[in-house]
Amino acid sequence: MAEIALPWKVTNTRTRLKIEHLSMSFRDNGRAVDVLDDVSLDVGEGEFVCILGPSGCGKSTLLNIVGGFIPPTKGRVSIDGETVRGPDPRRIFVFQERGVFPWLDVEDNIGFGLSRLSRQEKSRRIDYYVRLVGLSGFEHAYPQELSGGMKQRLEVARALAVNPDMLFLDEPFGALDSITRLVMRGELLRIWEAERKTILFVTHDIEESVQLADRVVVMSTRPAEIRRIVEIDIPHPRDISSRRYLQLRDSIFEEIGLAHKV
Amino acid sequence: MVGKLKRALPVSFIAILIALWQLGVSRETTHIIPGPWAVVLGIVELGRNGLLLKYVVASLFRVTWGFLSAVVFGIPLGLFLGWNHRAGTALNPLIQVLRPISPLAWIPIAILWFGVGDLSATFLIFLASFLPLTVNAMNAVHSIDPVHLNAGRNFGLSQPQLVYRVLYPAVMPQLIVALRITLGISWLVVVAAEMIAVNSGLGFLIIDARNAGNRYDLVVAAMALIGLIGLLLDTVMRRFETMRSVRWGFRSD
Repeated sequence: MAEIALPWKVTNTRTRLKIEHLSMSFRDNGRAVDVLDDVSLDVGEGEFVCILGPSGCGKSTLLNIVGGFIPPTKGRVSIDGETVRGPDPRRIFVFQERGVFPWLDVEDNIGFGLSRLSRQEKSRRIDYYVRLVGLSGFEHAYPQELSGGMKQRLEVARALAVNPDMLFLDEPFGALDSITRLVMRGELLRIWEAERKTILFVTHDIEESVQLADRVVVMSTRPAEIRRIVEIDIPHPRDISSRRYLQLRDSIFEEIGLAHKV
Repeated sequence: MVGKLKRALPVSFIAILIALWQLGVSRETTHIIPGPWAVVLGIVELGRNGLLLKYVVASLFRVTWGFLSAVVFGIPLGLFLGWNHRAGTALNPLIQVLRPISPLAWIPIAILWFGVGDLSATFLIFLASFLPLTVNAMNAVHSIDPVHLNAGRNFGLSQPQLVYRVLYPAVMPQLIVALRITLGISWLVVVAAEMIAVNSGLGFLIIDARNAGNRYDLVVAAMALIGLIGLLLDTVMRRFETMRSVRWGFRSD
């Protein structure tokens, strides 16, 4: 199926993130294991891109390289033309919910990256993001007192509070139950529409990627390369029983080699 | 369990044991083993002649200084060795060889270096707590979730900030447990050290009471005091585990 850019779509104004010919191999017991093979991708300002692939295919590695946590073996990642050499508060990585600091309460977690601000500005932002992610009343709760979904929202709030340009989410809802996961997708879209961050979202869940993304980057098994990029030309909120949704979803199922019958 | 029962159960169990102790002693003819009442009188006697306070203070003094100096040197060293992999790899084998050597094995060397006195005993307690604290601090750093360190770096923390704002709070729960256990070890070691290396303290009291005329009532009195003070120290240390910022590290919560 051809990828069609429909006229309604706000075609991305400019490319912010550029991944060029990225390859990665690890040494495992003296043996080189190729994880990524010549991956190139451009991501535009304010775009929501899902990187979809089977577990262990190397998509997390890709996100870690883009986040600046590990240097690539070959190739280059640049943001606004500047090569990524390490992690940076302008681009925040959201781990699964275990990324929140268990020794800080909700307020202090959200305020973690705000130590350079004045006290007033800091507490203003904390208040704002506590409300944005729906944690009002839990300002002084510790993570262990929160549910998985609340911890995940807390981590998103902590990331947003430093006003980054980009968010990198690594299977953020993977550890949640399926109902919470659905709620969280809606929350994330609501927040994304409010703040318009550029989002790179790694998942192994086909439905999730088609529900969320502007574009789905379908990865192969290891060593991962991009098999196809599918543009999801359905406006939000998406009707997940619409013909177009099912069409796009099924095309990805086929691409991955799954006839979607159980 | 209901609160009252939780308290009543151990109290009544101890009461039964004391009764059995009294019964056993009264049926025994040698009169060497003291009964519970004799032990209480022994404690009163020690209190009257001033030895109780003097010996308890002497023992606590040695433990305090030995333990504190081990904390001051051992924890930073352990954190450093955990943080710096190269240093950790270099020093770890040495630590693992020194660790199984009982601190009591150092007594002759301690006396050789520091003579018979407080310094020797304090040195032995330092040895007893230094390596366990170092090893525990090192392991605590190793068990920090890398996700937290990455998150800290992502928010732009410099290396010292990372140590202060992520490493330090992350290792706190494990360090508190290590401090509690190590203080317990120190209290065990001080008794043994005092039997040989000094002439005051609760350990000395045990040996002295036996040598000076088989005063087993004072021996058992000293043992009871050691037990009670040990319990007290442990209770104080346990309080730190309930601080809100470290409670996450304790599974029982």
